[in-house]
Amino acid sequence: MSTDTAAAISTPRAQGGISVIRISGEDALSVADKVFQSVSCKIPPSEMEGYTCAYGKIVNGDEIMDDGVLTVFRAPKSYTGEDVVEISCHGGIFVTEQILRLIFDRGAKPAGAGEFTKRAFLNGKMSLTQAEAVMDIISADGGAGLKCAEALRDGALFRRIKTVSDGMLKLLGSLAAWVDYPDDDIPAVEEYEISAVLEAGIAELGELLESYESGRIVREGADTVIAGRPNVGKSTLMNLLAGCERSIVSDTAGTTRDIVEESVRLGDIVLRLSDTAGIHDTEDSVESIGVDRARKKLDSADLILAVFDVGSLITDEDRELSERCRNRNSIAVLNKSDLEQRFDFEEISDCFKNSVTVSAEKGDGIDALKAAVEKLYGISGFSADMGILANERQRSCALKAKQCFTDALEALKAGATFDAVTVLIDDGENSLLELTGEKASEAVVDEVFSRFCVGK
Amino acid sequence: MSHYIDSYDVAVIGAGHAGVEAALAAARLGAKTVMFTISLDNIANMPCNPSIGGTAKGHLVREIDALGGEMGKAADACFIQSRMLNRGKGPAVHSLRVQADRVKYHNHMKKICEMQENLDVKQAEVTEILAENGTVTGIVTHLGGEYKVKTAIIATGTYLKGLIHVGDVSYESGPDSTLPARGLSDSLKKLGIEIRRFKTGTPSRVHRRSIDFDKLEIQHGDSDIQPFSFETSREGLENIVPCYVAYTNVETHRVIHENIHRSPMYSGRIEGIGPRYCPSIEDKIVRFSERPRHQLFIEPMGLDTEEFYLQGMSSSLPEDVQIAFLRTIKGLERVEIMRNAYAIEYDCCNPQDLKHTLEFKNIRGLYGAGQFNGTSGYEEAAAQGLVAGINAARYCKGQEGITLSRSSSYIGTLIDDLVIKGCLDPYRMMTSRSEYRLLLRQDNADERLTPLGYEIGLISEKRYKLFHVKQLQIKQEISRVKSKTLSPTAELNELLLQKGTAEISTGVKMSDLIRRPQISYEDLAPFDGERPELPFEVQEQVGLQIEYEGYIERQLAEVEHVRKLENKRLPQPFDYKEIKGLSLESQEKLNRIQPENIGQASRISGVSPADVSVLIIWLSANK
Repeated sequence: MSTDTAAAISTPRAQGGISVIRISGEDALSVADKVFQSVSCKIPPSEMEGYTCAYGKIVNGDEIMDDGVLTVFRAPKSYTGEDVVEISCHGGIFVTEQILRLIFDRGAKPAGAGEFTKRAFLNGKMSLTQAEAVMDIISADGGAGLKCAEALRDGALFRRIKTVSDGMLKLLGSLAAWVDYPDDDIPAVEEYEISAVLEAGIAELGELLESYESGRIVREGADTVIAGRPNVGKSTLMNLLAGCERSIVSDTAGTTRDIVEESVRLGDIVLRLSDTAGIHDTEDSVESIGVDRARKKLDSADLILAVFDVGSLITDEDRELSERCRNRNSIAVLNKSDLEQRFDFEEISDCFKNSVTVSAEKGDGIDALKAAVEKLYGISGFSADMGILANERQRSCALKAKQCFTDALEALKAGATFDAVTVLIDDGENSLLELTGEKASEAVVDEVFSRFCVGK
Repeated sequence: MSHYIDSYDVAVIGAGHAGVEAALAAARLGAKTVMFTISLDNIANMPCNPSIGGTAKGHLVREIDALGGEMGKAADACFIQSRMLNRGKGPAVHSLRVQADRVKYHNHMKKICEMQENLDVKQAEVTEILAENGTVTGIVTHLGGEYKVKTAIIATGTYLKGLIHVGDVSYESGPDSTLPARGLSDSLKKLGIEIRRFKTGTPSRVHRRSIDFDKLEIQHGDSDIQPFSFETSREGLENIVPCYVAYTNVETHRVIHENIHRSPMYSGRIEGIGPRYCPSIEDKIVRFSERPRHQLFIEPMGLDTEEFYLQGMSSSLPEDVQIAFLRTIKGLERVEIMRNAYAIEYDCCNPQDLKHTLEFKNIRGLYGAGQFNGTSGYEEAAAQGLVAGINAARYCKGQEGITLSRSSSYIGTLIDDLVIKGCLDPYRMMTSRSEYRLLLRQDNADERLTPLGYEIGLISEKRYKLFHVKQLQIKQEISRVKSKTLSPTAELNELLLQKGTAEISTGVKMSDLIRRPQISYEDLAPFDGERPELPFEVQEQVGLQIEYEGYIERQLAEVEHVRKLENKRLPQPFDYKEIKGLSLESQEKLNRIQPENIGQASRISGVSPADVSVLIIWLSANK
């Protein structure tokens, strides 16, 4: 692999000002020579120094395809550790793809998913957990998401896991000594000592697992449904949210989530908002499809913002919606109107985790909503520095470790012999080491690189 | 000038615990074998502890026996006290340990070797290994006798350039006042073998009449004695003597501290590296200065002698200091030393130069075993001797060598540790060295290794048939127990309560009750009308395999996990400098050891998990 030269478009395939093509490998510079004529410095890319760039024309023989800027990185001082050329093209997706095809014709091969990062990894430019964090940075939407990904790279999570794992190792060490030196008058390891260490580990892992949900919401955003009877102020709320920071991503047609309308940022969290048809019984078959879909959407959402009009009396529809919100991450949004307050929120308040009063007309209450959402996900006081589980792989390792330690504790209390308890602790410890990358396994490597996309 | 004497398939150099296992295995597999020793009176000698077994070491002896080795049977024939250590800490760590009659053990092993078909035993010092084109061709003795051989197994123990230290006195010597082996080291160096210097030590032997036994704690053997060998009957085994326990005290420590400068270890006169896990008393006192006392065991050397061994008190301090500190110990106030404690330095190889078959990587037909490979202990030595002997014989027959995996045995773990991780001080086996402790129990060594022993040819037809009957009985009884339901009778509930576990109100599978730690297979016998009469060994396995089933399955899953990495084969030979993502240290280590697969690579110290990930990705990219 290291001798091949690979190329790919490294920017998203979307209309934008520029697109960057990255070429990496031994022949990166000679390939670049064949497609790039420098205007600014008159020398071919292969004679340029590392960390320099040139403005010029991208050519196919005599035909000029585009103009752009070419940057040279010389091995090992590049992302992959190989010779790297990056060409910023100006001509939009179609032209960029044409240029990429030309680069393939001139000797580069298409880069596989995550290939540049894999090369960086093989050339000692980054560790496995760093590679994993790169993936998380790429896919992080909100501001806090990026911070978390960076924190992982710097080892906040690593330190927390290490504390647990060191405690277990020490315990395993004393158990081993006590067993291996029966004649050496080594103090017996007492049951309470083992359970103390196990309990501490289980508690710490429990905290980490609980904060995973917060971390996931911070990183990936929350699928949010705004629900309520017609005319309670759903659209106004939607506009209010959208207005406070205009959408980051607008949905493209043809995705499966045809209900999603808009993503907005509320503080550090991205909410992917869906407006739904009201949930009510209907005879109309077309409408019932919509209602059905709305129910499903409601049931799968990360967050429900249930909007009520405080100016009217509580209805059966309000009650049904409230019941559906029970035990879910739900916030009652009480929309204040100028009318007299007739809504008896007390009746349904126990269905919701929290409630806020907003005035969609006047545009206030957004801060309260933001605070309520952050509180719901434990994000107020949530700091990337504290170390969180960043992805499904890490979560499943932590979960397995916690389960093993819990089993060990139970076995211990049930009176199992220490050699059996030790097996369970060993098992949990292995999971922790896999989490931090201190134990190599094929699964970890595959998992990390399978999440990469082409061009990175 | 050398003169031709004879030709052999296998020459074993040394007749200690490694040498005898190697020679017996090779001869039993049909190889024409010769075993050389500097003194016929020291075959299978125990120059240190007169005991066999102990934690993890007991496992090794059971495994040696399961493969068809001799040590277990000899220990059963010569023991004078037997104890199962770690009872109550779980079956994985139960370890059998016996006190042996040292002279009887020597005589017994010597006779076994003398009677062995295909095996010649000779007294001579081997001074040279002859090799052509990287292949062993012969050996030469100190008298100039030349033997043509196809293979040679070096099992020189502590004899190789042996140097004894007592205080400021040093003299060339083998163990127990034998002659050292002087010439062989240089011959090995000429063959390109790295020679290192290790050190070990032994305590003094004292006269029975100088010990006040009344002041000591007495330690009896087990009433219910389990033999080492799966072939030894439990009938008629008995303890003949007790051992005793004593303790050092503040005064002992003071004497040692005041004289520590007279120890050759601390004055720097000993360059060899001593065993971390079997330290001398002065080492223990310096390293664990917070401990107010250390335990020592006072053990008889045999039935026909008045000598007693002081386990835990090995020392290289001068004679007068030895007498002084021993006499501070309660019960030893008027102790008379018969043999002094000493430290001994000796030459050994770097086991990373060996393959898993224990053959040297760079010389075909040359094998290493025992302390020469950097280990400490009779059992570790015997285990390697057995493997080297088997492989030397197979080499002569043109068969591929056998290797044992870590998940199969402590023997496999021992050899893998030596060859892959290497050792910086004399390597002692411990249960914590195995990641598969619950699988590698001493009670199931036969299940793990006897089929292989049979395949190799060291297990007789008769024994193999009996083994099969036992395995079948275990299997049938387990499936019966798993399908049998016990009803909640008053008697059963009374037993459950009495054992401190919950009553039952409906019928419960017998196996579910056995899984409760408080209840054993045996406990349920009165409620199990159809229980067949089974030998103890079968009952034991049924109980253990049911009780620990869940844990055993976990370990098997881990074995599978590792097997995946073991199946990823690395090219050989290969220059790891080509993979730039590897750390420099790891490139060097990989280049030296040339692991066969990713699993082995992952166990090399200095090869980090990140390096292993690099190797995994590199392999998949180069398919």
